[in-house]
Amino acid sequence: MADPMKIRAQMKGDVAEIRILMGHAMETGQRKDAAGNTVPAHFIQTITIDVGGKRVVDGQTGTAISRNPVFGFKMKGAKVGDKVVVNWVDNKGDKRTDEATVA
Amino acid sequence: MKSHVALMAALSVALVGPAAAQTKDANAEFEKFRAEMEESSPAELFEARGEELWKAKRGPNKVSLAESCDLGQGLGNVEGAYVRTPRYFADADAVMDIERRLVWCMVEKQGFKFEDIAKKPFQGANDNNAPDITNLVTYVASGSRNMKFDMPLHDAKVRDAFETGKAMAAYRAGPYDFSCNTCHGTDGKRIRMQNLPNLATSEGAIRGVQGWPGYRMTGGVMLTSQWRMNDCFRQQRFPEPKYASQAVTNLIAYMTGNANGQLYKGPGIKR
Ligand code: HEC
Repeated sequence: MADPMKIRAQMKGDVAEIRILMGHAMETGQRKDAAGNTVPAHFIQTITIDVGGKRVVDGQTGTAISRNPVFGFKMKGAKVGDKVVVNWVDNKGDKRTDEATVA
Repeated sequence: MKSHVALMAALSVALVGPAAAQTKDANAEFEKFRAEMEESSPAELFEARGEELWKAKRGPNKVSLAESCDLGQGLGNVEGAYVRTPRYFADADAVMDIERRLVWCMVEKQGFKFEDIAKKPFQGANDNNAPDITNLVTYVASGSRNMKFDMPLHDAKVRDAFETGKAMAAYRAGPYDFSCNTCHGTDGKRIRMQNLPNLATSEGAIRGVQGWPGYRMTGGVMLTSQWRMNDCFRQQRFPEPKYASQAVTNLIAYMTGNANGQLYKGPGIKR
């Protein structure tokens, strides 16, 4: 079971600052373990983010991203009280959806 | 001859100047990066796992730490525990830092075997997950966020640990005849890009204990103060101390005592 994400969403003037911390191994598939066996690739492949019911990010991600990644962005058009729904799916089909509210 | 000396002087200036400027820039850049990272510190993930572990009934005795472990602030209370340790625990008749105390509770209250915990007490560079004990330390440390260090130095037993830690920091031995103080006993030293805090001063000591337990961005691993001590023993070419030993508590007591009165910002970010 994947860890819950930590989502922060805050209005600064008319811009919402959104930061999402995801707990994930993000294995590249290039690494070998102590016994010399390749550690299979395991990484988040798609991320979608909805703010106030509108899709604002529909992203594809790969293995060049660090373990436990942080995804942050700023957007106009959001307001206090909007729901932020983040969803990721990894290459093994594991997934996670978490929510927060713009403050 | 005279012109030769002048040339040498010019050369040394040319060499020292840019290098020093570069270090300063790199430090400033790194500080910016760290400040940015602290806003969404991955340490929070470990905190959350630690909280679950703290509350879960575990071990052969099927009890939770929340209902059985006293970190010095009353049964089950984590608030302020990190900044008020090392302290003396009468039930164990020992001065303990938080990690050592948590291990003690896991063994004495939950019935875990010390050897099992000590087998792999720290997250390795290639491990995806930190050991339970690291998550627990991170959770407990989060209960002292933005509190001042207040180790009870007035307690004779704690004072003893502090003085022993101070003597240990000055103790030179090993193939290079190093002590902690060789690297951490004067201001302004560095190795590669790492500035080495002078642990004898209060400004240096706070840098030594701030940000631990910390998420190390190199490798993405969560590590505790105990790990830092072990790794410095290694750098010192000393044998590594036994896990959760009194020696490590003493060193942590020495640094924490010198940092007393200063603000602890909670689990942090390391390079
Ligand atoms: C050979 C030099 C050397 C010796 C001897 C040494 N250390 Fe260190 N120490 C370092 C280096 C280098 C770092 C920084 C590593 C890094 O930033 O990754 C460090 C980091 C630390 C830190 C963490 C500082 C921070 O910014 O978080 C503490 C605390 C510390 N050492 C304590 C000790 C103690 C206690 C001893 C004696 C047991 C000791 N060190 C012996 C080189 C040394």
